[in-house]
Amino acid sequence: MTEELPSTEVETQPAPVVQAVRKGMWGEGPGDVSGFGGISRPIIRHQRASRPYGSWFDDVANRLQALVADLPDEVSTDLDQLTFFIPKDRLLEVVRAMRDDSQLRFETCTSVSGVHFPDEEDAELHVVYALLSMTHNRRVLLEVTTSDEDPVIDSVTSVYPHTNWHERETWDMFGIIFDSHPALTRILMPDDWDGHPQRKDYPLGGIPVEFKGAQVPPPDERRS
Amino acid sequence: MDASIDIVTDDLKDPATTEYLITGGDFDDVIAAQQARSDETIVINMGPQHPSTHGVLRLEVELDGESVLSIRPGIGFLHSGIEKSMEYRTWNQGVTYATRMDYVAPIFNEAVYSLAVEKLLGIEAPERANILRVLTMELGRIASHLVAIGTGGMEIGALTVMTIGFREREMILDFFEALCGTRMNHAYIRPGGVSIDLPENGLARLRTLIEWLHKHLPEYAGFCNENPIFKARMTNVATMNLPQAMAMAASGPVLRATGYPWDLRKKQPYCGYENYDFDVITWDTCDAYGRFRVRQSELWESLKIVEQCYKKLEETDGQPYMVQDPKIGMPGNLTLGPDGQGNALSHVKEVMGQSMEGLIHHFKLVSEGYSVPTGQTYVAIESAKGELGCHLVSDGGTHPYRAHMRDPGFHHLQSVPFLCEGGMMSDIVVAVASLDPVLGGVDR
Repeated sequence: MTEELPSTEVETQPAPVVQAVRKGMWGEGPGDVSGFGGISRPIIRHQRASRPYGSWFDDVANRLQALVADLPDEVSTDLDQLTFFIPKDRLLEVVRAMRDDSQLRFETCTSVSGVHFPDEEDAELHVVYALLSMTHNRRVLLEVTTSDEDPVIDSVTSVYPHTNWHERETWDMFGIIFDSHPALTRILMPDDWDGHPQRKDYPLGGIPVEFKGAQVPPPDERRS
Repeated sequence: MDASIDIVTDDLKDPATTEYLITGGDFDDVIAAQQARSDETIVINMGPQHPSTHGVLRLEVELDGESVLSIRPGIGFLHSGIEKSMEYRTWNQGVTYATRMDYVAPIFNEAVYSLAVEKLLGIEAPERANILRVLTMELGRIASHLVAIGTGGMEIGALTVMTIGFREREMILDFFEALCGTRMNHAYIRPGGVSIDLPENGLARLRTLIEWLHKHLPEYAGFCNENPIFKARMTNVATMNLPQAMAMAASGPVLRATGYPWDLRKKQPYCGYENYDFDVITWDTCDAYGRFRVRQSELWESLKIVEQCYKKLEETDGQPYMVQDPKIGMPGNLTLGPDGQGNALSHVKEVMGQSMEGLIHHFKLVSEGYSVPTGQTYVAIESAKGELGCHLVSDGGTHPYRAHMRDPGFHHLQSVPFLCEGGMMSDIVVAVASLDPVLGGVDR
């Protein structure tokens, strides 16, 4: 293991995944004379990791590559967590391998969580699956993206039946359709609700707070 | 009286309009009248306002007589958009939202949220903060299990278990009040540490509490363990064995009642749990009674940890309880004053009278908050009810970009149809109580 390390060390780092570029010190708005308005910084979502990933990450990644043919090798090891970025049409193959292979054996998917990045073209909607292997005591994250125009991702309920409600919640909150889910209905919001509340284009709502002689705007309109 | 009997006998031919009065009639006639609609099932709604559903849980139950044909849990009545609101608050303020999710065990929500923020920040809480976290989490576990045992007992008629359960919980809440000023929704654990150190008489109060629990916890075993009614209601009810628990991804006492010793405190230690001596409790009956016994034994394990915390707190007296980074920790050492307020008077004097920069810094930290580096993380801890996870996404700003809580109650409620269908109606409340969902956490 240690002998292979030195030679590949210094070469090209894969480019980080940039989410957006943040300008100025206090966000978009009128320019100021302080000079801070000229600041431009990329928001780096995650760093693409290059092999070796370290500890057991390589075992899992290699095994997954061996089991699922032609899986793009996009991995992040930020914060000591192994995250696989999976094309959405390969998701079912991947989770099935993750669960069934004895070397991987991720028995449970503990959480399904949506994230909305409205600025990211053709990948506005992300779904993050947190898998847990009790056999090997490991956790990995799988991240899948889809676009607003085609917000459909395969349901993993056929592999992990316990993700039923989690997928319903993600549909309810983000409008992501999980294909072949047994009953994809709203779960937290009323059945006849319009819109998907946790998308970024859905307002928080709220009313101004009245004080004697002053008014504080609702939380989503406050400058902070 | 004669008239009412006449009504019954007269209308017997038409079951739809038959009235059955208390004076009754011939039993054969009554049964014969019912035969016509014997294949009908009844659909009833249990809840949302049903006392035994642990909050506002709605159960749509289809019954054939007293047998459950199908059951569908309906949730969302307590949905208050906590996750969405957190996106509009600073990282520090997020604690006050997180704590309101599972309100029976609020300290775990704070802990998992704070651990997730700390992971994104790349910091670790100091030793004394970790001890205080473990102390409050274990007391929270005792309080939560007492509610689970107590209300679970109440629902099957064991009212005393509930009253004594709440009596002990009250003592724990009193301790929390002395510690941080609030009995519930503490916002005590913050990213970077805890909000306030033990009060001056804190150790003495903790000693009193430990003694109280030692004296009173045996009562639960005495009341329940071999109580024939209690056992009859719970044994072989709501069974879920290990393969089934894996398919439903059960965690916490539900999983440990299948005999599998999975406890994140041991398997993936956080907050220094590796430094404490305690056992993982399991039971092998896979039923509601097993879950009750696991919870009951865990009371003692938690008390064991609390006693170890007591020793460690004595040893670490005076050490910091918050990261020593003024860009993250709130300035000033807060102490709970006699007025119940937590102002640090010397700090107020300094920023108001002596240090302009100190005032600016204080203002910026309180109003704008600190930035957290971009990234995402999923952190999980062993709450009283099972795996409590927190998925946080940061875009580098002063607010969470996305905060998601994976509540064990939400997850476990999925198993209700699986636990109840084919069983008796009266076992529904036992099954739900054995999962111990709290709807504040389920609906968020």
